[in-house]
Amino acid sequence: MTDIPSLLYTDVEDDLRATLRGLLADRCPWSDVLARVDTDEPYDESLWKSVAEDLGLAGLLIPESLGGAGATAREAAVTLEELARAVAPIPYYPSAILATTALTASPASEARDNALPALAAGTAIATLTIPATTAPGAEFPASITGSLDANGQLHLTGAATTVLAADRADLLVVPVLIDGEPHLALVDATAPGLTRTRATTLDATRPVGTITLDGVPATAIADPTQAPAALAHALVTGAALLASEQLGVAERSLEETVTYLKTRHQFGRPIGSYQALRHRAADLWADIAAARATARYAAAALAEGSDDAPIAASLAQAYCSDVAVHAAEECVQMHGGIGFTWEHPAHLYLKRAMSLSLLQGTPTHHRAALGGLVNLPSA
Amino acid sequence: MPQNSGATGVTAEEIRTRVRELAAAHDPATTDHVEFLGHRFDAGLAWVHFPVGCGGLGAPRALQQVAEQELAAAGAKPANVYRNPIGLGMGAPTVAVHGTEEQRSRLLRPLWTGEEVWCQLFSEPGAGSDLAGLATRAVRDGDDWIVNGQKVWTSFAHKARWAMLLARTDPDLPKHQGLTYFFLDMSLPGVEVRPLRQATGQAEFNEVFLTDVRIPDSMRADEVGKGWTVSNTTLMNERVAIGGGASPREGGVISPVAALWRSRPEVRTPALHDQVMKAWVEAEVARLANARIGQQLAAGKPGPEGSAAKISFARINQETTRLWLELSGEDGLTYDDWTMRRVDLGGSDGGRSAGYYYLRAKGNSIEGGTTEILRGVIADRVLELPREPRTDTKLPWKEIPR
Ligand SMILES: Cc1cc2nc3c(=O)[nH]c(=O)nc-3n(C[C@H](O)[C@H](O)[C@H](O)COP(=O)(O)OP(=O)(O)OC[C@H]3O[C@@H](n4cnc5c(N)ncnc54)[C@H](O)[C@@H]3O)c2cc1C
Repeated sequence: MTDIPSLLYTDVEDDLRATLRGLLADRCPWSDVLARVDTDEPYDESLWKSVAEDLGLAGLLIPESLGGAGATAREAAVTLEELARAVAPIPYYPSAILATTALTASPASEARDNALPALAAGTAIATLTIPATTAPGAEFPASITGSLDANGQLHLTGAATTVLAADRADLLVVPVLIDGEPHLALVDATAPGLTRTRATTLDATRPVGTITLDGVPATAIADPTQAPAALAHALVTGAALLASEQLGVAERSLEETVTYLKTRHQFGRPIGSYQALRHRAADLWADIAAARATARYAAAALAEGSDDAPIAASLAQAYCSDVAVHAAEECVQMHGGIGFTWEHPAHLYLKRAMSLSLLQGTPTHHRAALGGLVNLPSA
Repeated sequence: MPQNSGATGVTAEEIRTRVRELAAAHDPATTDHVEFLGHRFDAGLAWVHFPVGCGGLGAPRALQQVAEQELAAAGAKPANVYRNPIGLGMGAPTVAVHGTEEQRSRLLRPLWTGEEVWCQLFSEPGAGSDLAGLATRAVRDGDDWIVNGQKVWTSFAHKARWAMLLARTDPDLPKHQGLTYFFLDMSLPGVEVRPLRQATGQAEFNEVFLTDVRIPDSMRADEVGKGWTVSNTTLMNERVAIGGGASPREGGVISPVAALWRSRPEVRTPALHDQVMKAWVEAEVARLANARIGQQLAAGKPGPEGSAAKISFARINQETTRLWLELSGEDGLTYDDWTMRRVDLGGSDGGRSAGYYYLRAKGNSIEGGTTEILRGVIADRVLELPREPRTDTKLPWKEIPR
């Protein structure tokens, strides 16, 4: 273990946050997010265009040589904090984080190097076809297999459930077994033989669905010497950076709560003057301060390419998941009846926080996994 | 904290040069440690962010690290904070911010070297959380103040030459306004220290009786009636001192728990594994949170997170030592030694049985402001929530029901 890297925000990160927060305040108020839940269009396409194309944030983790910004996980983390604060209904995490890092960790190839610039520009959206609950360290998925036809063309068959943005992605990065060996393949989502469904999700701002492949043509992009490490990299990156989403939701929940505690009166006093509520708000603030340090450490460990990244990622998930859920639950409770209504945003934060805690491994899973990583073996 | 940051434009290179000159003039390998600490103070390398003449250089706080690294490289023994924990953590910043020239030059050097230990005479039997309600009286008499009262829970009073004393100088004013702060010489006549045994069996703290103690007015800190302001400087530093400080991974009380888990496979169950990992996660998260507080401080942007760190430090110590006892099985039923002893300085409570640490940790959520009081501090000062209604702040102190 070397020195702890900087856990503060740089000026560049602060500027990025300010720009994005301004955009989201203008274009993504919670009332719009809520209204969309009752429509058949879960994604805000115009917001995606602004975030990806105008601000260039879809390509943060893509090298400049492939059309990206060549930034690090630290900037991506700040982006996720802000998007989560606004419960923004855009597929940033599956495309710009999961699929992108699976691709950047795969070797250069024509298919990969055509895909990445499109992802960087935001003109294409990608996803990683694994269940969204898959944790780092999971066994290589075996639900999709591939075989070569007489012309040497690869075809994929099988299915993956609860894939993030399954119904929206233009490109799929698919972990696949070919002759029992792990590979990654790239699939055009409009290819023949591919069907997809959208589930009704707990967090309606973050749809998942099933992708079924029946002999779908594909291009292999990582072989058995490369694919497991590329997938592992994507999962560690995903888990580490979700902590920043959790931080964002927790902060927003507490801010809404504190505002309400100052204005709502009962028994002739603002409810924020009752110690039972003041102390719970103070505890949340303390937990969020700790979550911030932990999420920052996970992002910094990734940015530095540190060996400690898998530990940092599981640590961040083990801690920040619960903080976010707790903050969102307290937000509902301290709002009383209004906090339980559809017309109030508290349930948006609650659903985002709870579903976040299930993505890429639950806190309990990550604690168990950490035991293996830090030599504290289970029973 | 005085922070003439960069006013003198001190650079890292100058600090390195100063350390090299210090080590050349007084070889750390052969010079007596306390004597070396004195020379280090004179060279402005005790706290580089303190003003010149106060053991500092008026340098940015971030440069302290440079001094520490260079001193270690020169072979100097690290300066153990437990030689004078209350003096170094709280006394020094209070003297530096509120002391007169004369007080600074009399008090800071021996405080730093540990030749003169400090204690904190704040709490009283009737005033703990409600510190501003205290009753110890100081009455002006010519160039002196005559002090009468009783203090309690005073850690290391039995070792102390100096005390931070908060006393009431005007009972007709509301509670916060009638207080004045003094630097008390504990060797003055009328100061009596009696050990107070605590749950662990030993006595870290004491009762201190003050009977007609004559304190010269030259040892008053800041103005008459400014005691509350001065004591807030002390308390803010106390919370940082108790909660803060960078440590290595698995430093602190998680260390024996992790060691026990690794060395004794027979105690392992799946349910206990989750508890051990929860404790490990809490410890590592707190370590990172403390590191972030340190980085904010070094960058000259101190935040209010110190109070949060003190709350979690107490909780983690308590939960982890409880788990330690549970993992200890039969050993958990034994205790090494209940003999009444007065605790020594130097932080030498290593190697005791788990029960000792379990019991000692109970004090962590009481000393330096209880967890409940700290939550109130965060609610008031950070979240700016509406205050609880109070009946005691505007009345003259002497009219408050007790
Ligand atoms: C190990 C140890 C070392 C110490 N060292 C020193 C020292 O060196 N110098 C010194 O001056 N003091 C020292 N103290 C004293 C310490 O600062 C006080 O014990 C502490 O501030 C609490 O005061 P109290 O004991 O009077 O408890 P009380 O203030 O009577 O508190 C009793 C309980 O009521 C709660 N409570 C009180 N007011 C409120 C409120 N407004 N809202 C909600 N809950 C409230 C408290 O949190 C606590 O749980 C030490 C204490 C310990 C345990």
